[in-house]
Amino acid sequence: MADKDVLIDIFTRADLIMQSDIKFRKMIGAGQLQIVYYPVRGQEVVSAAMMAAVNQEDYLVTIYRGLHDQLAKGIPSKDLWAEFAGKMAGTCKGKGGPMHITHPETGVMVTTGIVGSGIPIANGLGLASQLEKDGKVTVCCFGDGASNIGAFHEGLNMAQIWKLPVIFLCQNNHYGEHTHMRDTTGSETIKQRGDGLGLRSVRVNGNDASEMYAAAKEAVEYARAGNGPTLIEAMTFRFHGHLLGDTSHYIPEEEMEQALKDDPMPILRQQLLDMQISETDIAAIEAKNAATIEEAAQFALDAPYPPGDEYRIDVLDVEIAA
Amino acid sequence: MSEKPAEIMFAQACNMAMNKAMADDDKVILLGEDIADEQGGGVFKVTAGLSAQYGTDRVRSTPISEQAIVGAAVGSALVGYRPVAEIMLMNFITVAMDQIVNHAAKLRFMSGGQTSVPLTIRTTTGAGTGLGGQHSDMLEAWLAHVPGLKVVAASNPADAYGLLYSSIMDDNPVIFIENTPTYFTKGPAPAPDHVVPLGKASIPREGTDVSLITYGRGVGASHAVAEKLASEGISCEVVDLRTIAPFDEETVLKSVAKTKAAVVVHEAVKNFGTGAEISSRIHEELFSELKAPVGRVGSGYAPVPFSPAIEKAWMFSEDDIEREIRKILG
Repeated sequence: MADKDVLIDIFTRADLIMQSDIKFRKMIGAGQLQIVYYPVRGQEVVSAAMMAAVNQEDYLVTIYRGLHDQLAKGIPSKDLWAEFAGKMAGTCKGKGGPMHITHPETGVMVTTGIVGSGIPIANGLGLASQLEKDGKVTVCCFGDGASNIGAFHEGLNMAQIWKLPVIFLCQNNHYGEHTHMRDTTGSETIKQRGDGLGLRSVRVNGNDASEMYAAAKEAVEYARAGNGPTLIEAMTFRFHGHLLGDTSHYIPEEEMEQALKDDPMPILRQQLLDMQISETDIAAIEAKNAATIEEAAQFALDAPYPPGDEYRIDVLDVEIAA
Repeated sequence: MSEKPAEIMFAQACNMAMNKAMADDDKVILLGEDIADEQGGGVFKVTAGLSAQYGTDRVRSTPISEQAIVGAAVGSALVGYRPVAEIMLMNFITVAMDQIVNHAAKLRFMSGGQTSVPLTIRTTTGAGTGLGGQHSDMLEAWLAHVPGLKVVAASNPADAYGLLYSSIMDDNPVIFIENTPTYFTKGPAPAPDHVVPLGKASIPREGTDVSLITYGRGVGASHAVAEKLASEGISCEVVDLRTIAPFDEETVLKSVAKTKAAVVVHEAVKNFGTGAEISSRIHEELFSELKAPVGRVGSGYAPVPFSPAIEKAWMFSEDDIEREIRKILG
């Protein structure tokens, strides 16, 4: 079991993710936000434990289902919410949107909307760190579906031959869009693919905070010591479809029931109580997160949109003529 | 040190530009298949000697993994490096298009300007040597269509030197197109500090009757035709775009405003080629002044054929340029 402070840290991040996800779905449902949203409920602990094991200056590359990774890495809620709402005060001036979050101050360098494409880019960040000898690691998140695209194989192979300080975090939620992994993936596990490509590969219960944190920490230390990359296959589940509005009709009822029974959030909360962390202290964390989210959501709604002319800026290093 | 030759080959010019960039900025790194000396210094030896001089940390031979090569270049560029990725042949760019189009070109914009991707992709291509359908395509129009990318093609060694150096030092992603059949063609050597700014065309030959707007290998062909027609009293102006995207509209429009006639010449397939965009821009700005509609010369609507007999018929030629000029000048 990870120590008390670590578990509190993981819980604090995970609870912020859970409450944010709930709030986003509520606001989209109420028509307050018109965005395509990829829910993260169920995968909170994987990200929270991973990011608790790295520093703010370490890099993150993630994908369109990335809210949990971005919040866990530390992007301020206000900036993130404003970007989701397409506002000028957002992380990317409203020009990226939910699928393309960048926030270098917290190390979030790329969020890609293309499955698997972050993997080769993470290598580039790792290469820069290796050349700079700056001791940074890069965490690269993707799902089980990404292991079927060419970039995964090219990227993991290159990371291994160059011993790059990259942690490939495969969040295996069993489904690539609407299709179960058994129908799309020739190997039984993603770890086997990492093994086949020659890099250090582990498979863990990503929904167990202590187990996930231990695997993350070990991979980070391995990378910082110059030994090279690790593939972590973190087993998890998503509770609310590929994107919001998808009813998960393709997930058998009993599978979903079991997954909900294994919901990592109440389990982690109970672990804190078992460690003699008081209900009052936990409730205080939850209340603080709730207040942060309320403030961020209101900020996002109130903030102004960017001017239309903004499209001519940041295409190249000079403004494009009207 | 041996005395600097008065003439150098195109491939040498590229090598010298990378050498200067690496000497000037230790953030310049090279990535590509077989580019280090142990693997031969590149399949056309364009990077020969650079790993010996700068080490294999900075001059890295890679697996045959174009997505991984461009991805590594994108990622390192995001945090301050100026990577030069060699994609051996332009057709192989197709397997890295996601990294180029969805990432290199867009990350500056999608991040709201928080990050940038100052990378250069060097790639070579060109028909006429019997390499067939998958090793000789000119694909510049695809790339020129993508906002956020610059596309550059030099027509002679001195420009190659000055343009490649500028490409590497540019803060935007640049596709630098080299031409395989003219790699070993010689031209006047540039001064070591010779720099050609991106986005600026040149007028290597002035004329008064028609503007031949072209780049890369089209420049040599256009010169030859201009020389031939001069004996008949037809005066051709040759405009070498040098940067295809964004192209130097000012120089092009100024030239055509003077000659009142234009032919756009390129090696790429004519249909939907860059000539369509350039021609259209001229029509939009100068329609009422033109002696005739803008002419276009490009290669045929077919994959690059293998047999020399078919390849020759398919490929743009000096005869095509001459015919097009005579057509529009009546």
